[in-house]
Amino acid sequence: MRAMTRSANGGMLARLLHRDRRQREALVAALVVAEASRCVECGICTYNCPVGIDVRAHVRLGTPIADSHCLTCGSCVARCPRGTLRFEASSVFAPGPKASGG
Amino acid sequence: MTQRYVIIGNGPAGATAAETIRRLDSAADVEIVGDEGVPFYSRPGLAYLLNGTVPEKLLFSRSDREYASLGVRRTVGRVSRIEPTHHRVVVADGRTLAYDRLLIAVGARALRPDLPGIDLDGVVTLDKLEDARRIIRLARSARQACVVGGGITALELAEGLAARRVETHYLMRGERYWASVLDPRESELVEGRLAEEDIQVHRGVEVRAVIGHRGRVAAVELQDGSILPCELLAVAVGIQPRVELAREAGLETGRGVWTDPMLQTSDPDVFAAGDVAEVLDPVTGRRVCDSLWSSANDQGRAAGASLCGAGTPYQRPAPLNVTRIGGITTTLIGSIGGGGREDDLVSLARGDSGAWRERLDAFAVVADSGADQLRLLLGTDRITGAVVMGDQTLSRPLQHLIRERVDISAVRDRLAEHPGDLGKLVDTLGPGLGAR
Repeated sequence: MRAMTRSANGGMLARLLHRDRRQREALVAALVVAEASRCVECGICTYNCPVGIDVRAHVRLGTPIADSHCLTCGSCVARCPRGTLRFEASSVFAPGPKASGG
Repeated sequence: MTQRYVIIGNGPAGATAAETIRRLDSAADVEIVGDEGVPFYSRPGLAYLLNGTVPEKLLFSRSDREYASLGVRRTVGRVSRIEPTHHRVVVADGRTLAYDRLLIAVGARALRPDLPGIDLDGVVTLDKLEDARRIIRLARSARQACVVGGGITALELAEGLAARRVETHYLMRGERYWASVLDPRESELVEGRLAEEDIQVHRGVEVRAVIGHRGRVAAVELQDGSILPCELLAVAVGIQPRVELAREAGLETGRGVWTDPMLQTSDPDVFAAGDVAEVLDPVTGRRVCDSLWSSANDQGRAAGASLCGAGTPYQRPAPLNVTRIGGITTTLIGSIGGGGREDDLVSLARGDSGAWRERLDAFAVVADSGADQLRLLLGTDRITGAVVMGDQTLSRPLQHLIRERVDISAVRDRLAEHPGDLGKLVDTLGPGLGAR
């Protein structure tokens, strides 16, 4: 039983570290891209944006979220219940796949 | 001559159709008539309003100002009948709206089982904003609540009530959750999380009657005669497309309003889209109903173009939903039948697709790593469906592989043996698929 608990905690820790690493990578060279077909317009992304970007409107209208104010903090990506948002490498800073937009 | 388009229903199908019409015909007269007094809002978002993760004002995603700038009129009224021969609809308050082309996008309503006491105050369903507001109000004073039904909405109700600190009992008629769609292990994962959220799960029980006190719910009586006290009973046993208007107008209907590939009904000037429509599945050739936000948007777009005479046949993609059930992010794509009996749902619920119950000529392989699970339905040369629970890395590539019917014969044997290897194989199946 104890072994199970430890392995469960280990998994959680690994996931947290993984997320933390992804977030730090993102801060350096990523932007938030969306897949509009997954969005149900619930507004959780907009509600949680610390700088007040209407993320949902960007998703629906297909305009990039590469807003000059976006901190790529990952709040919207982490909280979207539908997996609509993700980080993608920004071509400005690093070579990578092109943003597919909404 | 200015074309006059009337759309009944202010949900995603209706609103997207209106946007599409405006894009194709800048001079058209476009009017949406809906029976709710509030502007357009996110129906799936009601679950998040219930569990407290989003405030109500954030749900209104397409404002009246946006409608006005598109030149779309939104009027409030309950349509009492459609008169196809006169090309007009009649609103309950006596107004008539003339149309050249009409779209029926009135959605579906939650079913109420035929039980003694079902009309008591405190029996709730989750159809619209007004229902969510009522549930939140009732949850303030309710100590105990019972939830019945299978599928996504029933769980959203249970989790919402539990989050509001109501002692919540989830009553399942069958032995496991959503057996027709999920496999036993997937049901178990969800049920395990419900226990962690302090939701008490009861298996193999059925409500025989709702017991009231002074017109309000006081308890439910179960099949075995036992009594479970509760001040609130939430019901999510399935939905029924609102076909009455179409049927009374003489249009052909089945479970939903029948449509052809252009989403045209049996009347050439009347179209249907969204939860109310029964559409042709190009894979099976059968008519199906979906109750999905993305399907409603897709159909609204297709119907809008057809209304303007610029339509192309609606290509129904493999149905997809991404949702949190029991707090676990879950993606359902394509045909995934869980093999179990349908005990808790009449047939279809919200956020649901009839296609998920199908299992084409395919067999299931499962990669299980504790909290995460991946199930693939392997056909002879393609993946016909998938369930991704927990880690969602593979959900996007799978969406592409299934919807585009990508040939996987080169890696099929390996997938059959080690489905978890899909992540390593996606790049061989299509460029860029493995990208995060």
